[in-house]
Amino acid sequence: MLKVEHLTKMFGGLAAVNDVSVTFETGKINAIIGPNGAGKSTFFNLISGLHQPTSGRILLDGVDVTTLPSDQVARLGVGRTFQTTNLFEQATVLDNLIVGHRLRTRSGLWDVLINSKRLQREEKAARDKAMEALEFVGLSHVAGQFIADITQEERKRVAFALALATDPKIVLLDEPAAGVNPEETVGFAALMRKMVDEKGLTVCLIEHKMDMIMSLADKIMVLDHGEKIAEGTPEEIRNNPVVIEAYLGGDEDAAA
Amino acid sequence: MNLFFQQIINGLTLGSIYGLVALGLTLVYGILHIPNFAHGALYMVGAFMSYFFMVDLGAHYWVAMAGSAAVVAILAILCERLVFHPLRNSPPIHDKIAAIGILLFLEAVVQMFWGSDFRRMSSPFNGILNFDGLIIPEQRLLIIVGAFALVVALQLFLRKTMTGATIIAMAQSRDGAFLVGIDANRVAMMTFAISGVLAAFAATLYAPINLVYPAMGHLVIMKAFVIIILGGMGSIPGAIVGGMIIGFAEALGGFYISTSYKDIIAFGLLVLILSVRPQGLFAKGAH
Amino acid sequence: MFKFASLLMTPAAKYLLLAFAILFPFFATNEYQVYVMASAFVWAIAVYGLNIITGFCGQLNLAHGGFFAIGAYTLGLLTADFGWSFWPAFLAALAMTAALGFLVGVVSLRLKEHYFAIFTLCVGFIIYLLIDKWEELTHGAIGVRDIAAPYGFGVVDFTETTPFYYLVLAFLVLAIWFMGRLSKSLLGRTFIAIRNGDELAQSLGINLMRNKILAFVLSTTYAGLAGALYAGMVRFIGPEEANINHTFDMITYLLVGGIGTIMGPLLGTVGIVWITQSLQFLEEYRMIIFGPLLVLLVIFFPRGIAGSFLTWMHHKSQALAPGKKRQESKVGTAQDREAQSNA
Repeated sequence: MLKVEHLTKMFGGLAAVNDVSVTFETGKINAIIGPNGAGKSTFFNLISGLHQPTSGRILLDGVDVTTLPSDQVARLGVGRTFQTTNLFEQATVLDNLIVGHRLRTRSGLWDVLINSKRLQREEKAARDKAMEALEFVGLSHVAGQFIADITQEERKRVAFALALATDPKIVLLDEPAAGVNPEETVGFAALMRKMVDEKGLTVCLIEHKMDMIMSLADKIMVLDHGEKIAEGTPEEIRNNPVVIEAYLGGDEDAAA
Repeated sequence: MNLFFQQIINGLTLGSIYGLVALGLTLVYGILHIPNFAHGALYMVGAFMSYFFMVDLGAHYWVAMAGSAAVVAILAILCERLVFHPLRNSPPIHDKIAAIGILLFLEAVVQMFWGSDFRRMSSPFNGILNFDGLIIPEQRLLIIVGAFALVVALQLFLRKTMTGATIIAMAQSRDGAFLVGIDANRVAMMTFAISGVLAAFAATLYAPINLVYPAMGHLVIMKAFVIIILGGMGSIPGAIVGGMIIGFAEALGGFYISTSYKDIIAFGLLVLILSVRPQGLFAKGAH
Repeated sequence: MFKFASLLMTPAAKYLLLAFAILFPFFATNEYQVYVMASAFVWAIAVYGLNIITGFCGQLNLAHGGFFAIGAYTLGLLTADFGWSFWPAFLAALAMTAALGFLVGVVSLRLKEHYFAIFTLCVGFIIYLLIDKWEELTHGAIGVRDIAAPYGFGVVDFTETTPFYYLVLAFLVLAIWFMGRLSKSLLGRTFIAIRNGDELAQSLGINLMRNKILAFVLSTTYAGLAGALYAGMVRFIGPEEANINHTFDMITYLLVGGIGTIMGPLLGTVGIVWITQSLQFLEEYRMIIFGPLLVLLVIFFPRGIAGSFLTWMHHKSQALAPGKKRQESKVGTAQDREAQSNA
């Protein structure tokens, strides 16, 4: 449902992403892995519209979204999380999530002035959506806590909930399990499975935790120095000598 | 012809002063990512310290300049330790507000001791040099030569000493610098100290041909910001070249177009450039 | 303590505050006190504007004082030089500050972070310079005299302090009312999302420029409104109104009161104005205190009075409520997962 064709991004003379083509199928969990500096985050930024590609095309369900700015891409159904999420610390978890539904609403300044029916309707809808997203990630019990008072793992789940509240078709998760212990990582993996199974979402994630990727992903794409060097199922990737070399610098025996 | 030459000299003079002030500002901004709104206040304190040493204590010009530089360097280090260091992890808006707080405080303290009147400061260099019909006031020549010497000294310091190398390392890559074991605190203090010294020298050089008053830093700091946005954050050549551009624009514009509005030239340039290129003239990738 | 504090949050408390404000001129011992309170209210309105762009939206606007001055001068010049009466000139002042806010916003809000603050610092200065030097239009340093006050009716004469006090109070109530509506609404939340981070806001489908410009125009209109009221109250203005110090003052009021809160601007402004009034000798050394105050606030107390109060209230109510449930369920899930992985 997300088709990327010959995507290239140049920064000055350096190609951060170089002629990458890939298709991400609906309802699958797709992982993007690669050594540091491989261009994975840049790739996400290109898809979500934060950067404009130098060349290439991005098609979302057949619609060309290559040149669209980030907020329009979000409206078309691309949700994402970031490596660090800045939330309003001195507000409750629920309060933070209500804005997630904003992009589906149309109320403006006038509605605020006259407290229109539309505003009331949309605010209730946003609140409901926020609650629903919170329940989905299993955090209903902290709805009334300040962000400053919840744990790191819970914050990450709030970030998921925020992306979910935008009613996306596909979610891009940038290192969702970074800084989380193994037990919690399993929890996140289960959550991602749940997103696919219960909501029919397509999940795309960047991760470094191999165990998680191997057991979770339906398809893996490997980037190195901005180029796609491999693509396939976990089995195929695990045994792919090119991938092993990229990660370990040519020591084939180490992977055995 | 002579008149035009005078404006050239004026341009060089102004450019030198602006360049020195912008240089201190760009070092702090480029290396520590702090827009130090209080830099103009450091400049102003530099002038008043020189005034204090020379007029109140009767010291010689050079002694006053050195003393002022020392005082302002210490003041700058205090700012870094007491204010900016605690704020290093806060949202950027807090940096800016704190800098404003420092600015207000310094101006008020100076005003408390010396009042808000305009003061004059003299220097031993109030003669005039005559090169075959081309007239150059001594102080202006001193400014131009002094600024040049300071920039050269700074470059030598940065490139030839270990301390200087650590500053350059921090500027190029914070994380890389940490990995190599560079002490961020020392670099921060040094950077602030250098910026203070440059400001104090600039102020002391300029004071004899200008006036000394508590609000004298306002205009200078704004123009310095314009310069570093034009010349690029953390770029030493950028600060110098930018300073010269603004200096000349003001000298020539002020003389040939209008003296009342000459201050607006720098800001007009800023508005123009940022309207067209929001990331400034010399941005390295995304800001 | 908590019981009393939570009373402060009820609507009744707000009506009580309003009642106090309405009755204030009768408590006041002389007209000067009413004048001081009215000035405080005027500045508070301006600070509410600052709260929208800086508090909610997170963009430090250092030209805010300049827009206050534009509001004051628009009203002043139209009534004194062109013979307009108060209310048409008032509307013109609002329109002028909104329009100029829009123009400045379009150019400046594309700038990220520090650039925006620097740019607005220069814009503020340009405004001051133009007011001071463009004598044909603004009378330069001489200032504008004989500004009209609104026409009175019956016994109400707006050239007198107390009637004007009520006029200002009415606008203040309006300003606070709108701020309250804004902060809880989707629009207010949009602004806050932008403050949390441009990229995050965009990923939530928020159009940055449109919203930032809206916040900016709202804030400059507030400033212009306050400036126009100020001009009508003091009836004589000069380039001093555009001095950057006013912007710094407003930042202090906002920070002390509580940035990003509803009652913060009012508390901070009225509080500080009255404190400096009663400590008159401090007037000269105001900045010696304000300066370090700003620094200390920003390091130790960044949420100000209202913000810290709200946070304290929240924690107290959490502690008193059955929040223990939270701890248990967390342990529960961890144990569940352990059981699963062992099976």
